[in-house]
Amino acid sequence: MITGKSTWTFSSYPVIVSSGVVVGKEEAISNLNGHFDESFEDMFVDEDSYERAQEVLLTKAIDYTIKKSPVKKKDIQFFISGDLINQITPTTFAAKKLNIPYFGLYSACATSTEGLALAAMMLEQNGANYILTGTASHYAATERQFRFPNEYGGQIPPTAQRTVTGAGTILLGKEKQGLAITSATIGKVMDYEMTDPFNMGAAMAPAAVDTIRQHLQDRQIDANYYDKIVTGDLGAVGRALTEDLLKKHHITFQSNQFIDCGDFLYKKEQNMQAGGSGAACSSVVTYGYFLEQMKVNKINKLLFVATGALHSPLTVQQKRTIPSIAHAVSIERK
Amino acid sequence: MSNKQSKYEAYEKKTKEHEPKRPIFLNCCKAFLIGGFICFIGQCIATFYIHYFDFTEKTVGNPTVATLIIITMFLTGFGLYEKIAQFAGAGTAVPVTGFANAVISSAIEHRPEGFILGVGSNMLKLAGPVIVYGVFSAFLIALFKTILQMIGII
Repeated sequence: MITGKSTWTFSSYPVIVSSGVVVGKEEAISNLNGHFDESFEDMFVDEDSYERAQEVLLTKAIDYTIKKSPVKKKDIQFFISGDLINQITPTTFAAKKLNIPYFGLYSACATSTEGLALAAMMLEQNGANYILTGTASHYAATERQFRFPNEYGGQIPPTAQRTVTGAGTILLGKEKQGLAITSATIGKVMDYEMTDPFNMGAAMAPAAVDTIRQHLQDRQIDANYYDKIVTGDLGAVGRALTEDLLKKHHITFQSNQFIDCGDFLYKKEQNMQAGGSGAACSSVVTYGYFLEQMKVNKINKLLFVATGALHSPLTVQQKRTIPSIAHAVSIERK
Repeated sequence: MSNKQSKYEAYEKKTKEHEPKRPIFLNCCKAFLIGGFICFIGQCIATFYIHYFDFTEKTVGNPTVATLIIITMFLTGFGLYEKIAQFAGAGTAVPVTGFANAVISSAIEHRPEGFILGVGSNMLKLAGPVIVYGVFSAFLIALFKTILQMIGII
């Protein structure tokens, strides 16, 4: 049901049945060490290209998700997913293996919440009983498409972020109890004319601010309604900017209430500049860590806001600005 | 329009407040030391060749550069060059090793797309512009010099 300007509220409460998260080697030794189903030391995951490695990561995460649920694969109606690589082919190949009707999405790193929102809406409208959704990304595959060859010795500035290697997927179903998707706010494309692809946090902060404001306004609630507000991959720079901008709109947080997945994931000594990014950043951290926290009652109400920078290498070379988007999904216990 | 413009400008100013400053002076020092060290290695190799082989100061350039390129190839292949480069910045980018790294890293990167359309057509992706404008500016200067010689100035 539409609430306010751009928020859906779900009365049937699409519930999270299970989730699966696999990661690469740097994520395995991060702050969230031990919160993942499996990690891979080899960046190629025994494949012959990074793109195929990403495909395997997504497939593995899906396998874990289904294995951990009481649901059989044949009972899942749809698979909604996307990634960062040209024409989202790693996801396509994973979907081929999965053999479930598939919606391909592209919202860069905001794909995770876009998928969640759409899946929840489909369940709410009785369009399905079970839907699988999630995202994957791979550091080396993304790096070589968006920036430079992996072995190229270019100095990375302190505002840059590292694409998370991994995949996080989630199974939503129409259940009576559990962690439910209660609402979703669909963001609009924001562009504050930032142009530096090595500072995507600054490009995405306005989108995060706009969506969070819209969400709170549409649901007519205060930021303190949520135990945690988790953004996707703003990084240290973008997170600080977002908090600053929200303060101007009189939205303030208690300490540790506003967390960014990218900023939160890596340890300082891993030297990842401003933190993690990528389509899998939000899904790996949220499905791997925050959902666990919710299951053990440490968090009851979570607002999950994944942010995406919608540029391409082509638009950057043509000196266009970096447009960005953010979609918010609220997860609460029902 | 001007109102909009100032809104974006104000935002850009705000982003600057939150950006960690690049340590320019420190980066320059590191680049100077590492870049200088690479040149020092080059000099050692050159001296070695002059001493033990049949090279003169004029002819030693080519084998020295070739040796540095081979060393860079191994460092790049084992993933060490980018780690040194993150510390050294321009220090590893400016010497001939930086150029070698640009070619080699592109070649490695595009191996999955095959030897022709992958390695062959992408090898000079980063180094290509250096060759194009290097050759072009050399041509311009040669032309300039020829004209000056023809009219008898030099």
